[in-house]
Amino acid sequence: MSISGAVELNALTRTWRDTDPTSDLDIRLTDTCLRDGSHHKRHQFTGEEVRAIVGALDASGVPVIEVTHGDGLGGSSFNYGFSRTPEQELIKIAAETAKNAKIAFLMLPGLGTKDDILEAQDNGGSICRIATHCTEADVSEQHFKLARERGLETVGFLMMSHTQPPEVLAAQARIMVDAGCQCVYVVDSAGALILEGVSDRVAAVVAEIGHEATVGFHGHENLDLGAGNTVMAVRAGATQIDGSVRRFGAGAGNTPLDAFVGICDKLGWNTGVDFLKIIDASEDVVRPAMPEECRLDRMTMMMGYAGVYSSFLKHAGNAAERYGVSGARILAEAGKRKLIGGQEDQLIDIALMLKAEQDG
Amino acid sequence: MSKKLTAAIVGPGNIGTDLMYKLLRSEVIEPRWMIGVDPTSPGLDRARNEGLEATAEGVDWLLKQDTLPDFIFEATSAYVHRAYAPRYAEAGIRAVDLTPAAVGPACIPAVNGDEHAGAENVNMITCGGQATIPMVAAVSRATPVSYAEIVASVASLSAGPGTRQNIDEFTQTTSKGVETIGGAAKGKAIIILNPAEPPMIMRDTIFCAVAPDADRDAITASVHAMVKAVQDYVPGYRLLQEPQFDDPSDATRGATKVSIFIEVEGAGDFLPPYSGNLDIMTAAATRAGEGMARAILEGAQV
Repeated sequence: MSISGAVELNALTRTWRDTDPTSDLDIRLTDTCLRDGSHHKRHQFTGEEVRAIVGALDASGVPVIEVTHGDGLGGSSFNYGFSRTPEQELIKIAAETAKNAKIAFLMLPGLGTKDDILEAQDNGGSICRIATHCTEADVSEQHFKLARERGLETVGFLMMSHTQPPEVLAAQARIMVDAGCQCVYVVDSAGALILEGVSDRVAAVVAEIGHEATVGFHGHENLDLGAGNTVMAVRAGATQIDGSVRRFGAGAGNTPLDAFVGICDKLGWNTGVDFLKIIDASEDVVRPAMPEECRLDRMTMMMGYAGVYSSFLKHAGNAAERYGVSGARILAEAGKRKLIGGQEDQLIDIALMLKAEQDG
Repeated sequence: MSKKLTAAIVGPGNIGTDLMYKLLRSEVIEPRWMIGVDPTSPGLDRARNEGLEATAEGVDWLLKQDTLPDFIFEATSAYVHRAYAPRYAEAGIRAVDLTPAAVGPACIPAVNGDEHAGAENVNMITCGGQATIPMVAAVSRATPVSYAEIVASVASLSAGPGTRQNIDEFTQTTSKGVETIGGAAKGKAIIILNPAEPPMIMRDTIFCAVAPDADRDAITASVHAMVKAVQDYVPGYRLLQEPQFDDPSDATRGATKVSIFIEVEGAGDFLPPYSGNLDIMTAAATRAGEGMARAILEGAQV
């Protein structure tokens, strides 16, 4: 588009068009503010908010919109926070609202089950995204198999990718693809990866599975590198990219999808999303649904620094307040204990330990 | 009580081997056979070294022998146990099932061990169930529990291919046990496999929703008593913190939230101590089998 000025030379070796000849996209974007943002929103989305956000993103040309409890199907719980509106209802509303966008949903084996996947499909979800810790891909095999049998498009998430070197991620990506996964994401759940840390990992996964499947990247802003890291991922061969409009996600938020659309315009990468429309949607529709902006502060920066799963933020804050201890110290200890996604319960144990130290 | 009843362990893998060492110490059960299907399995040699008769010719061989065991401990897979359970029953052999097959009633020794002492087949649910259902039962015997949720975190190394490929079975079987044996009106189970090095010791968190006016001291006392009851057969079962009570709020959906934090360290009989999840299965199976054996031996004395 002309408003962005001269397009630099930024030829890509891999594009989404290579995978899908009916598409003219270089990169296929997924907005995840209605899933990752569920953490920031403490899982309190209403049907009206989902309808408004899906409507605005769809009208802007966002091709995929993810809607689920922040922790995936079945996430509504004491451990992760109860949903105000059942997620299956929200998926249904999203699918009814979207005219062009596909609706994706997330599930984590060990929490969600195959029954949840079938229900989400019945409610109109068409892309099944299955997330495991980045060394545990084999727990997803039965779910990928089912999803493919039912004709769902599949995506695999290797969470906490900063904890493992590129070759381990490549081997885990192989397990997912062999089970039926069509696109493996390198997921920087803690916002702890830095530039080449992203491109090296993406390149290794592309080398392993690139001739059979696509590769994606999901970033967080905890060290303020979400957009930069995402550019590195695209240059290394990722053709599916996650972001959340206005960063609306866990921790300091996700790669800002609105800003990233602008970046892609300036680099000459076609995303199919209208920059003017998406920045209006960001300001006029998404911002009003946010409890507050996603910010860099000592808690979120500690998450990137200590390599802590981004959705621990609110739970560490709750535990800190409940027991009168430092939230940043809870997060630092979570990093030291090598907790992974899903172990929110352990933050209470850490807070009690810190309180005992404090009182002792 | 000097007479011992005899047992065959089916499945010479890690679980079967650890179970063998526990049964070798039993006062009422003598493990006499180790049954496998792979002659190269090191578990068969270990069993021979302990004086058991070991074979790679499977259960079909065992059932053709002149002397049959009083008990079979099934440490194979749900699929195998479902196929063979009717034949064990036909031969009059009691079965303690460590797979998720759920042919017989579910058994948590500290909670309902006595109820099934006369059963011909008992099922040990899951490792997460053995670790957490006693705590749900401890709360629910003090006050009604409208909802209970358990989070089991285990070391990746201690989760074998069976658990991994059937992870839905784990969550579904465990949540059902939280309801039927734990006594919660509704149950939910979550499992996390953590690859941290050195491997983490099994940790479990149990959340229960109870009425705002529930007697907190009674709940705490009941939890402590139940921890002691489990420690009787799982010495490494530990309460990490005093039970926590959160006042009713929107975040607890109007209930009082009880949070209980548990650690399970294994006895290290064969499996490494971090894998408390496996140890609690073999310890519970041993205890369940011993209860059934005592019922038979005492019945015979009368």
